Amino acid sequence: MKYFTRLRVRRVYKWRGDPLAFNRKLKTYDYGSLAISVEGLPRTTVIVVGQHILIEGEDEDDPYVAKVTRLFGDDSGKQKKAVVQWFARVSEVPASKLKLLGREPHPQEIFYYQGRVCEDEVNAESILRPVKVKHLDGAAPFPDSDDKDTLFVKMSWDSKIFRVVPSAVVDPASEPAPAFSPPPRSKPSLPPSPPCSPPAATPTSRRVSRRTLSTPEPAEVRCSWGSMSTGKVRSLEAESHHSATKLSASKCLSATRRKASARTPGVRKKLQLCSPEKTSPEDAMDQLLDQELESEMMLVQRLSSSPPQALHLTPHRKGHTAPASPLSHRLTPLRKAQGGRDAEDAIPIKPSSVVLQQLSETDSPPPASRGDSTRATTPSRRKEAKAARESALAVLVEVDNENSPMLPAATTPRSSKRKSALLVSSRIRKQLHLLNNDQVLNSDGEDEDEDVFVPSKALQSSSEEDEEEEEEELDSDQEVGAKKSRVGSRTPRSKGKRGTSARTPRKTPNKKITPSTPQTPRYATPIIPSRSLPARCPANVLEEARARLHVSSVPESLPCREQEFQDIYSFVESKIVDGTGGCMYISGVPGTGKTATVHEVMRCLQHAAEVDEIPPFHFIEINGMKMTDPHQAYVQILQKLTSQKATADHAAALLEKRFSNPAPRKESTVLLVDELDLLWTRKQNVMYNLFDWPTRRHARLVVLTIANTMDLPERIMINRVASRLGLTRMSFQPYSFKQLQQIITSRLNKVKAFEEDALQLVSRKVAALSGDARRCLDICRRATEICEHSAPPTPSASGLVGMSHVMEALNEMFSSAYITAIKCASVQEQLFLRAVIAEFRRLGLEEATFQQVFVQHQALCRVEGLQPISVSEGLAVCQRLGACRLLLLEPSRLGVLQRVRLNVSQDDVLYALKAD
Amino acid sequence: MSKRKAKYAHLPIGESITQVQSMLRERLCNQRLPDKPEGTEAQHKHLLELLRRTAIHGESNSVLIVGPRGAGKTMLLKCVLRDLLEDKEAQKSLLQVHLNGLLQTDDRIALKEITRQLHLENVVGDKVFGSFAENLAFLLEALKKGDRSSSRPVLFILDEFDLFAHHKNQTLLYNLLDVSQSAQAPIAVVGITCRLDVLELLEKRVKSRFSHRQIHLLSSLTFTQYLQRVQSQLSLPQDFPDVKFAQDWNDSIKTLCEDKSAEEALRRHFNSSKDFRSLHILLMLCLSRVTVAKPVIKPADLLEASRLCFVDAKANMLHGLSILELCLIIAMKHLNDVYEGEPFNLQMVHNEFKKFLQRKSNSMYNFEQPVIMKAFEHLQQLELIRPVDGSAAKTQKEYQLMRLMLDHSQIMEALQKYPLCPTDVKQWAMSAFG
Repeated sequence: MKYFTRLRVRRVYKWRGDPLAFNRKLKTYDYGSLAISVEGLPRTTVIVVGQHILIEGEDEDDPYVAKVTRLFGDDSGKQKKAVVQWFARVSEVPASKLKLLGREPHPQEIFYYQGRVCEDEVNAESILRPVKVKHLDGAAPFPDSDDKDTLFVKMSWDSKIFRVVPSAVVDPASEPAPAFSPPPRSKPSLPPSPPCSPPAATPTSRRVSRRTLSTPEPAEVRCSWGSMSTGKVRSLEAESHHSATKLSASKCLSATRRKASARTPGVRKKLQLCSPEKTSPEDAMDQLLDQELESEMMLVQRLSSSPPQALHLTPHRKGHTAPASPLSHRLTPLRKAQGGRDAEDAIPIKPSSVVLQQLSETDSPPPASRGDSTRATTPSRRKEAKAARESALAVLVEVDNENSPMLPAATTPRSSKRKSALLVSSRIRKQLHLLNNDQVLNSDGEDEDEDVFVPSKALQSSSEEDEEEEEEELDSDQEVGAKKSRVGSRTPRSKGKRGTSARTPRKTPNKKITPSTPQTPRYATPIIPSRSLPARCPANVLEEARARLHVSSVPESLPCREQEFQDIYSFVESKIVDGTGGCMYISGVPGTGKTATVHEVMRCLQHAAEVDEIPPFHFIEINGMKMTDPHQAYVQILQKLTSQKATADHAAALLEKRFSNPAPRKESTVLLVDELDLLWTRKQNVMYNLFDWPTRRHARLVVLTIANTMDLPERIMINRVASRLGLTRMSFQPYSFKQLQQIITSRLNKVKAFEEDALQLVSRKVAALSGDARRCLDICRRATEICEHSAPPTPSASGLVGMSHVMEALNEMFSSAYITAIKCASVQEQLFLRAVIAEFRRLGLEEATFQQVFVQHQALCRVEGLQPISVSEGLAVCQRLGACRLLLLEPSRLGVLQRVRLNVSQDDVLYALKAD
Repeated sequence: MSKRKAKYAHLPIGESITQVQSMLRERLCNQRLPDKPEGTEAQHKHLLELLRRTAIHGESNSVLIVGPRGAGKTMLLKCVLRDLLEDKEAQKSLLQVHLNGLLQTDDRIALKEITRQLHLENVVGDKVFGSFAENLAFLLEALKKGDRSSSRPVLFILDEFDLFAHHKNQTLLYNLLDVSQSAQAPIAVVGITCRLDVLELLEKRVKSRFSHRQIHLLSSLTFTQYLQRVQSQLSLPQDFPDVKFAQDWNDSIKTLCEDKSAEEALRRHFNSSKDFRSLHILLMLCLSRVTVAKPVIKPADLLEASRLCFVDAKANMLHGLSILELCLIIAMKHLNDVYEGEPFNLQMVHNEFKKFLQRKSNSMYNFEQPVIMKAFEHLQQLELIRPVDGSAAKTQKEYQLMRLMLDHSQIMEALQKYPLCPTDVKQWAMSAFG
């Protein structure tokens, strides 16, 4: 996955002039212009606010187009950030949507991007150069053979429809550029008003969404892809999750780029983290489900019709599999489409400080000095803050002689604002070096060993933890935003780690170990020897059906548990994305699919984590039945978490420490506790701990518990434990006969082995008795056997499993053997049972001593004309009946004094004996 | 060959008898497997198919074989295994683990036994005999590693299955059955039990994981089949060295089975139980009475053997008692009659006995208190009487409450047969009131 291929130009980024404004809280400086010089060339390109620029994307030939709204950096100078308004190239618009245009798009045409999802904050170091953008009237023809570097804007694109765009929006000329003249080749000036005012938010519709809700959401739901999506209410977490995925996608890009020229992950348009707009977890899931199925085209189509967030997912996914795939490229720019853009010749251009007022309501143009700090409390504050931080970082970098820490900065935007920013950025730089190593041209000799990477990451996230605390000290207004952004920013970060192509190689093994096989080999694991000959495959329809009906053959998806699946999925996903913890209690009688559903959820989530839609997490499973003592739970958890072996007490202490202390790059942990009731101890400390850890701030632990009884918390848990378990409960109802039928049908999956009626009979019978799917499958399996071994199929039987076979299987499994056993008993045994009943009737009790019964027995023998038996023999008869549990007996040492009870009803006995 | 045969055809009678006895003993005592299942063909086929699918297709299964004692459960399983292992493929792949609820009394022992029988300890050295928890994790890991198509199938045979259900939490059963219901190493769990209510012993989550296949061995054997069985068990095979002797022997067995008195004795046995094991004991007793002088089984032998089988153990013990002890027993019987089975103590018995002595005015049975006490203790040791629960420790021996462990019929029977029983004692025993 390393890219040694491209030689890139190393660019040096420097702020020009003094900061225009300083945001004290965020510690960011706003700048009016940025100077880019190419190493080895004397020329310097100046980027000013309001100018149109090219930002590097995956495609070298088609960089993204944007307009600079604001330039800022952090106080350390490491981070340089730019806030941009994106434009979308034709190639970034899904082909299916291009049709909406109603004409052939001009190759140099770009669209003012109004989608909401794109993050509009980019790393300044991803800026390539200025570009010339011209606004054309809707009807005006494209000028012929203009120089290839000029781009044309006619329409705006919000990922759903095209609209005509007023020239004012695009042209930076009339913008309130304070100190800079508009770029020479730029279009008509952009009136500042539209972006600034709320109504004007249209162009910057991202902002709108960021601020509030969700016009787009319904659409998104509608176009949600999975068959299973029910369009639920999305949660904040989900949104951030989406943004995260997008971010990671862009990070992918940036990583590749970085190698090339230490450029920024500028492409990473951060989602509006503080926006309440959320994607429901189902969407993620759906996407996941559909992912393989859908062709790229389809994806694009859907995406384009869906709100931008969705858009991001796709590119991201694509990007993951093929980091530089054209599709992702196309999509990402889409996001950008709104950005301002300038003359592309860049170098000679005089940057204009026109600010595209993306931060529509509250933001004043960044260059306008110091406005930032006041603005910080506004909804858009977050973005600014970030931008500021990043720019600060950028400054740092500059100081550090241009080895751009951009990527890390991007991944830890928050850190930049902190005092520890320096530290972080240095670490970041290390990472960068790593990346640079891969890059032939760019390697500036600071190669770091790859090993550095991991620790640095760890450090990074630890500092991040600090930040979190720090942030909590902010005022309440900010805190709201801060929290949200924390969520968002954290997720992207972790994702970015995986998503980044450069990291992927290292990450992959890691990932593999953690989620999929939580138990790493602790010691030489025993293996059942493998067989010399492979197991035979099923040969005929019935065998095939039998194999499919085996409980162990896990279907691709569990039918009839969609709702439960959704609930659990969204619960766990939201916790993972949030980085918080929680408990859930799942109850239901055996065989209702509790464990299977949770496992399926985990499979989906792990898959989502693999494709970076959610942060990676550990999945650990313990089963109360699979341990010898409740305290072994600690040992097993620890072992699966860290491959450490410890005694129960020690393990408990270690886990306690692990879950209560902040730790570097801690991944969320999902813990499944099956058969919870067996973890009961007198003091209940195991349960207490299990439910207490998720409430710790640093635990990031999600606990799913499974047990059979619905009221387990009330019945066996003391108050403090039950309280910690919380009220997130779910109950799996026994399957109804329709569901059972569906389960069988879906398992059979078109293998025609059963008659319809037969299936219905089984399902109805089982549903009436227990609703246990295992039972149902077992009966069906048995029925196929009976069918197979029954007489050769008569013409009418057609070889399918019919009613008669099913009836036989049902009888075998459900009928009690007592009556048959009595019928098959020997004469004396039957007589003894009769004597027992006679004695019971005489006494009027349900219990008698052997001695009493024996008297009756002797009498009956005489009546029946049999030779009376001795006491020893009578006792032997009695013991035999007792061994079968037809009788319940006291210990046999009591001899004739032992008391006798019937284990069957008297009626059954009489019935069995009479029929004889 | 024919030469050999000719030579063997004239075996001396003593040698033939020896051969017959060793051959039949092996059949009756060593539980030699019959060549084909008798009366259990359907069950045999069912089980064989089931295990074959595990061995060859790698399908996991669980099954219970339920039937009264001596119904042939283990024999059925052994027959099936024998037939199964005739298949080379199955033989090569199938691993067997035999557990018995009476031996593996808890999961810890059972786990060690499983690892031992699977030879897993070779794989990981000293790890096997670590703690119980490690053992469990270890075994589960081993099973989890496997998959349906590549691992060797493991056959778990749990004899006295019901006893495993009494292990703590039923951990072993849960895990075995869970493996059998999940895509791990293919295993077949075969439980053998005589309890018809065994499923009620299982916890519901364990029960849900059990496939609910039960093979019931409830023989609806008729008496004619029983007789045939007797005949076939005693008959000599065709390849017996001395053909003529075999012929004679088989003829004698046939006449034995047709004899009225023998048939009656056998019917009595049949009425008492259809258990083959008790039949084998009976036939063994018959067989042991065959001598050179009497190289056949006569109906008389069968009757004698039957008598031995049905003899009452407690009544036999009474024959060995002293007169004093017998008198005490009789006194107790009278007390039981008077007080309707209420417990008694030594003092009461002694008084009862003294009443008898006064009436007879015969000092021949006049014993000291300590002697009577000693006799009483002896009876207690023989468990002919036992103290009432809970009243043991505190009270003096004389006043400790006791119960008689004998039925009246046993006492009367013993008195009839007691050698040289004094008539007055007999009369006392028969009299309605002491």
